[in-house]
Amino acid sequence: MSSRLARLAAVATAAGAFSGLFGVGGGTIIVPLLILWFGYGEREATGTSLAAIAIIAGLAAAAHGLYGNVDPVNALLIGLPAVGGVLAGTALQQRIPERAVAGAFAVLLVASALVLVF
Amino acid sequence: MELSDLVGALAIGFAAGMAGGLVGVGGGVLMVPGLVIFLGESQLGAQATSLLAIVGVAALGAWRQNGYGNLRLRDAVVIGALSPLGVLVGTVLANALSERALELSFAAVQTYFAYRLVRRATASPAPPQAAKG
Repeated sequence: MSSRLARLAAVATAAGAFSGLFGVGGGTIIVPLLILWFGYGEREATGTSLAAIAIIAGLAAAAHGLYGNVDPVNALLIGLPAVGGVLAGTALQQRIPERAVAGAFAVLLVASALVLVF
Repeated sequence: MELSDLVGALAIGFAAGMAGGLVGVGGGVLMVPGLVIFLGESQLGAQATSLLAIVGVAALGAWRQNGYGNLRLRDAVVIGALSPLGVLVGTVLANALSERALELSFAAVQTYFAYRLVRRATASPAPPQAAKG
C-alpha cells in the first residue's frame, strides 16, 4: 500500500468513525486533513470532502438502519428544506456577509448544545 | 405532530443547508438537535436520521462545487470506499453508549464547531468566496 493510499485510508477511517458516532458528515475531519496532508486548497478540500461525505453518510445511515435507528420520513422533513437552504445559500453568497452567517450559526449551535445538556 | 413542530423542523433544516452552503460546516450538527427538539427523536435516532438527510445535501453540494472545479472525484471515492471500518466502529459505539453520554459528547462537538466558526469569523475580513458545504 502506498503511503498516499495509507493516508487516505486514515482519513477515511477517522471520518467514518466520527460520522457513525455523531451523525454528522465528518467534514470537520476530512477538510483539515486534505489541506495538511495532501496540499489541497480550502475550496478543493471542501468540495472533495462533500463528495466523500455523501458516500460515508450513506454507509453510516445504512449501518444505523440495521439497528432500526433511521426514520426516513423525518429525514425527508429535515433534508428537503436543507437542500433548498443549500441552493438559497449559494445563490445569496455574494450578498450575505459570511461572518454574520458564521456568527448566527455559532449562536444556534451553542443554544442547541445547551438544550441537549439541560 | 404539532404544526409549530413541523414549521420548526422545516426552518432548522433550511438553516442547516444554508449555513452549510455559506460557511462550509456540514448541516448535520444542526439537523440532529432539530430532529430531537421538533420531531421528538432520541439522540441516537436523530443522529442516524440526520445521516440519511446529509446524503442528499452533500451530494448536491459536491455537484455544485464540481461546477467550480473544486472536486477531486478520485480521492473522494477512495476516501468513501475505505471508510466502512471506521463507520462500523463509530456506529457500534454510538449504539453501545447511553443516551446521556451521546447527548453530552454531541454537545461538546457542537461547542467545538461554534468555537471554530467564531475564531474564523474574527480572524480576518472574509473575502467573497465560492460556496462551501
